[in-house]
Amino acid sequence: MANLIAILAGVLCLFMGVVVISAKNPMHAVIALVANFVGLGVLFLLLHAEFLAVIEVIVYAGAVMVLFLFVVALLMAGTRAPQESRGKNLPGQVPLALAVTGVFAALVVFALAVRTVLVAPPPSTTDFGSITNFGRALFTTYLLPFELTALVLLAAVIGVVFLARER
Amino acid sequence: MLTLYLPIVIYFTISLLVCFGIMGASRVIGRPKRQQSVAKLQPYESGIVPEVQLGPKFSIKFYLVAMLFLIFDVEAVSFYPWAVLMRQLRLYGLAEMGLFILVLGIGYAYVWKRGGFQWDR
Repeated sequence: MANLIAILAGVLCLFMGVVVISAKNPMHAVIALVANFVGLGVLFLLLHAEFLAVIEVIVYAGAVMVLFLFVVALLMAGTRAPQESRGKNLPGQVPLALAVTGVFAALVVFALAVRTVLVAPPPSTTDFGSITNFGRALFTTYLLPFELTALVLLAAVIGVVFLARER
Repeated sequence: MLTLYLPIVIYFTISLLVCFGIMGASRVIGRPKRQQSVAKLQPYESGIVPEVQLGPKFSIKFYLVAMLFLIFDVEAVSFYPWAVLMRQLRLYGLAEMGLFILVLGIGYAYVWKRGGFQWDR
């Protein structure tokens, strides 16, 4: 059952990923990316990372994609979608894409060959990825990065207001 | 264990159905463009027929709101693990979360002072 769901979610992610890069309408690409993130959330759930799964949906599928939608709407407001750039490849795009695909395919084959590397921990014996473990790591081991995050967010807040309000 | 998430699946399914239902209903109820009267689609009297297709105007304020929402959403997310661990971390947790809020509070105050939360200004 879990395997079936994992395969379905993986297929959903791959399909939606292809839609993201091939959609003619940028809005459709954003919506496909939302579906992609939901699929990723399901995969995180299957890996017993409940908190990460919820964050994936709330922050990425929710907030980040809302921002993407607004940016797309903002950029599309004056003009139609760019027609002239479609159908033309960048120089060296095909060999580069093939090379990157080859690297990832090799990684997948390697992971399947060395099965001990990437097997999800059995459900009953671990609470890895639970909110308690995540929180303990965040507030003790990784306290400094956590507090620095506040500074990064502060910089983002000030930057946004400065850019949007200064005219 | 997976049956635990069945309510979420049902919730997602209903949400999707409502979403597509609204879109489908507006397509069925609203009249298609070709049935609207020609006069309504033309520019107002003595107006110039546009040569290029222009989209609607879109205010930068939406971007501001979305960006602020994203930032404070990320901030709110870090409250969840703290809330779960609050009794274990005790004063230590309260202090580090206080520092976190203090830094972001500066940003909040800045946005407020600059009128970032006001729609019309």
